Amino acid sequence: MEMTSVTASVLASGPEIIIILAACTVLMLSLLPHPNRRLLAGLSLLMIALAAGMSYGLVGTPQTVYSGMFAVDRFSTYFKMVLYLGTALTVLMSGGYLATEKAVKGEYYALLLCALAGAMIMVSGTDLVIIYVGLELQALSVYVLVGFLKTHGRSNEAALKYVILGAFSSGLLLFGLSLFYGLAGTTQLQALQAALAPGGTSSPLLVLATLFLVIGLFFKIGAVPFHMWVPDIYEGAPSPITGFMAAVGKAAAFAVVLRILMLDLVVLDPIWRSSVAVVAVLTMATGSLAALVQDNIKRMLAYSAVAHAGFLMLGLIAGGTGGLASVMLYLLIYTFMTLGLFAVVILLNKGAELGEPISAFAGLARSHAGLAAMALVFLFSLAGIPPTGGFFAKFYVLMALIEAGNAALAVIAVLFSAVAAWFYLRIIMLMYMQEAAEPAKIRISPAMQLVLLITLAGTLLTGVLPAWFLGAAQAAAAAGLG
Amino acid sequence: MSGLPVLSILILLPAAGAVAVPFLRSRDTVRWFTLLVLLADFLLAVWILAVFDPSAAAMQFRETRIWVPALNMGYRLGIDGISVWFVLLTTLLGWICVLASWRAIAERVKEFMTCLLAIQAMMVGVFCALDLVLFYVLWEVMLVPMYLIIGIWGGGSRVYAAFKFFLYTLAGSLLFLVGLLALYFAGGRTFDMLALMAAEYPFRLQVWVFLAFLVAFAVKVPMVPVHTWLPDAHVQAPTAGSIILAGVLLKMGAYGFLRFSLPMLPDASQNLAPLMITLSAAAIVYGGLLALAQSDIKKLIAYSSVSHMGFVTLGLFTFEVNSMSGAVIQMFNHGITTGALFLFVGLIYERTHSREIAAYGGMIKAVPLLGVLFAAFLLASMAVPGTNGFIGEILVLAGTFGVSGWAGTAGVLGALIGAAYLLGLYRQVLLGPVKVPEGSVMQDLRRRELACAAPLLLFVFWFGLYPKPFLTILEPSLDHLMTQLAPAGAAQ
Repeated sequence: MEMTSVTASVLASGPEIIIILAACTVLMLSLLPHPNRRLLAGLSLLMIALAAGMSYGLVGTPQTVYSGMFAVDRFSTYFKMVLYLGTALTVLMSGGYLATEKAVKGEYYALLLCALAGAMIMVSGTDLVIIYVGLELQALSVYVLVGFLKTHGRSNEAALKYVILGAFSSGLLLFGLSLFYGLAGTTQLQALQAALAPGGTSSPLLVLATLFLVIGLFFKIGAVPFHMWVPDIYEGAPSPITGFMAAVGKAAAFAVVLRILMLDLVVLDPIWRSSVAVVAVLTMATGSLAALVQDNIKRMLAYSAVAHAGFLMLGLIAGGTGGLASVMLYLLIYTFMTLGLFAVVILLNKGAELGEPISAFAGLARSHAGLAAMALVFLFSLAGIPPTGGFFAKFYVLMALIEAGNAALAVIAVLFSAVAAWFYLRIIMLMYMQEAAEPAKIRISPAMQLVLLITLAGTLLTGVLPAWFLGAAQAAAAAGLG
Repeated sequence: MSGLPVLSILILLPAAGAVAVPFLRSRDTVRWFTLLVLLADFLLAVWILAVFDPSAAAMQFRETRIWVPALNMGYRLGIDGISVWFVLLTTLLGWICVLASWRAIAERVKEFMTCLLAIQAMMVGVFCALDLVLFYVLWEVMLVPMYLIIGIWGGGSRVYAAFKFFLYTLAGSLLFLVGLLALYFAGGRTFDMLALMAAEYPFRLQVWVFLAFLVAFAVKVPMVPVHTWLPDAHVQAPTAGSIILAGVLLKMGAYGFLRFSLPMLPDASQNLAPLMITLSAAAIVYGGLLALAQSDIKKLIAYSSVSHMGFVTLGLFTFEVNSMSGAVIQMFNHGITTGALFLFVGLIYERTHSREIAAYGGMIKAVPLLGVLFAAFLLASMAVPGTNGFIGEILVLAGTFGVSGWAGTAGVLGALIGAAYLLGLYRQVLLGPVKVPEGSVMQDLRRRELACAAPLLLFVFWFGLYPKPFLTILEPSLDHLMTQLAPAGAAQ
């Protein structure tokens, strides 16, 4: 590489560098005898804001750097904004939770920032190896974070399960990558596409490679039948980390799926298209039906996340700018509403060893009317009831599906949405129509107030005035498709 | 007409009220505030009716604002000679509901009044919406306050009823959503309802979309066999909830047929009319028979709604101008009469805490004013000549006989069954020796309660004796609808 292109590469990856430096700094600071939680959180937020500012500055000059391995374009910038948002909200939510759990440690924020950096590399990577590196950086950090409540059996169990299953899925993915390399002699996506396109999709080895690649990726997004890890890990992880996985982890994984399957390796399209439709339906069905019988709120939200992943895959099937934009918009809105609800779950937390029974919501409307009303908005949004963002997200996915002429899938999707509404309603019923055994006493810290404010505003704005958000997603999708 | 965005004001007034209520202090302040807001809204609706141009078939008071330009989604409002009546009905029942809940709702008054105000804004919005997505959003979000009204302030098994209500309606609406998106792409990528009405659609698409719409609207009307949520919801809902349900929400299903299925899907409507007529006739007779078998007053009236709404859908799908205007009148009347019946059941229940028909007797002697007014509404519901119910049913039946003899016969049979169960109720509750459940405090109508009943009574006799103003305003819009249906008829 010449000197100028090195400079350009470093500049273009500035946001990632900022985040990694931030992670190192936070780690150093946490070694001080009395690390100040607020200082670490504040520093993390500041650096995230700085990275966001830099990403925003870079959006005007789309470029592929590091010899074609790393793209800074509207597509990746859009996703990075979602990642910044999700991570910042997670940082804000974590303080109080860690204090309750007596697990205040500086590494927490450092790991969170590492996970963010990994996720950012995932969305910018245009080379299978880079994507894999980003994915592992993110996954390894999250493994530790899942087990962060060292003294809790559930947290440990979840971390162990996640490591084993995560490593297994990474192995599958890596195997797929190696097959691609064997077939085409490159791991750079565009070069791969160019090398594979003339041969078509007849080669059984290519089918096998695609299979492993897609399975590895579906593992990460929690698609059926690779969703088994989701409920256990969602339940055992510290609640802010569960929220982080649901919002940030999912967005990054979907960004990779979209980039590989929809933007760059379109040659694989005939191989995965029909099977993904089946997977999507199964994912929606399993998520919606299994969530009906959960008694732990985090477990329920895990299955709800599975159902949402199924719905998101419909956008993938719809294809085109509409399909791509619909998934991107959905992920943004999902970040708002799901983190909003997690904030409520965290506020209701009385100690992780007690678990998070759904009954904790009982009588909330009487003791904390405002909080209950906010939870109501998040739940209705997750259920897809207008005028919330959740409705518009689903609406736009359905629109893309019908535009693609896939009305049958749209009908199936809405029927499962109706099923899914049941378990969200169940929580609303508990909040509004039942009395608590003992009224909850909740103090909402300023950080939590900010989280609730941002997520509530986001959930409502994306539903009532979606034009701006839609425009951003459409522009990013159109730029991605070139 | 003035440049004021009148319809927006009509919608936003209660919406703003809903936002303001949580900040008010005492319960009585909340009650008075809600009452005044909804009364103001009603007066505005009356003013709209007064300045409404009865000769025009086009939409009036139109407003258009950009919403999501990329998808051609707009904030489009407007009313014609059909919807203006439902706006009036909604706003009328709105403040009556406040009065009806004045003492009946003693717990969480603020939340209740917020729900009432919010649902009114949404209902008025549905009748004014000229954009498919706006319509859909309001139509579906309405479920939320209604779910809360039933679920929080309802009777013993309110939670079950609220769930059932919500999920039934949601499942229906979601199919409506799919159908609406199909229309969007076939009709030139716009959600403007007037543009979509003007577009033409291939027959196959029309049939599919019609069926999707049918599920949504049939659940709301409700038509047999998707009516089973109604008795549960009605019995469990508080009085105001029942009034809104019966008075307005059920109308929305029929309004949907009128606004979407008929003008946008004329060929499918014509071809599937036999199905619709059969379902309607089944609803009339079956609903009536079910009502005949009830021992609970609220359930009886709920099932009578199924039967009465059957007349509406029957009238709509005969494609005959008389029966169609009859259907619209029947919609309006049913809102007035059944709303009033639920009001009175509520008033009686407040005094006696029983809904068992057999527990009552001789109410006219015990509480003369209440008894007489209840009797008047029962007679109106029975469609006795001179009341509003008669005009609607006779017009529907007159039109139906020209199209389908057996459906007409079923209608007459349904009317007879209606007379049987309503007269049975009348005899048992109002006549005979005085009999009330133990622990009842029989007090005649208070002034507040009379204020609820009086305007409803006025409409009963006004439309019963002199329906002409109603028909005058209705006619141009219905004629316009007939022309939208006509080319399809000619093509067959």
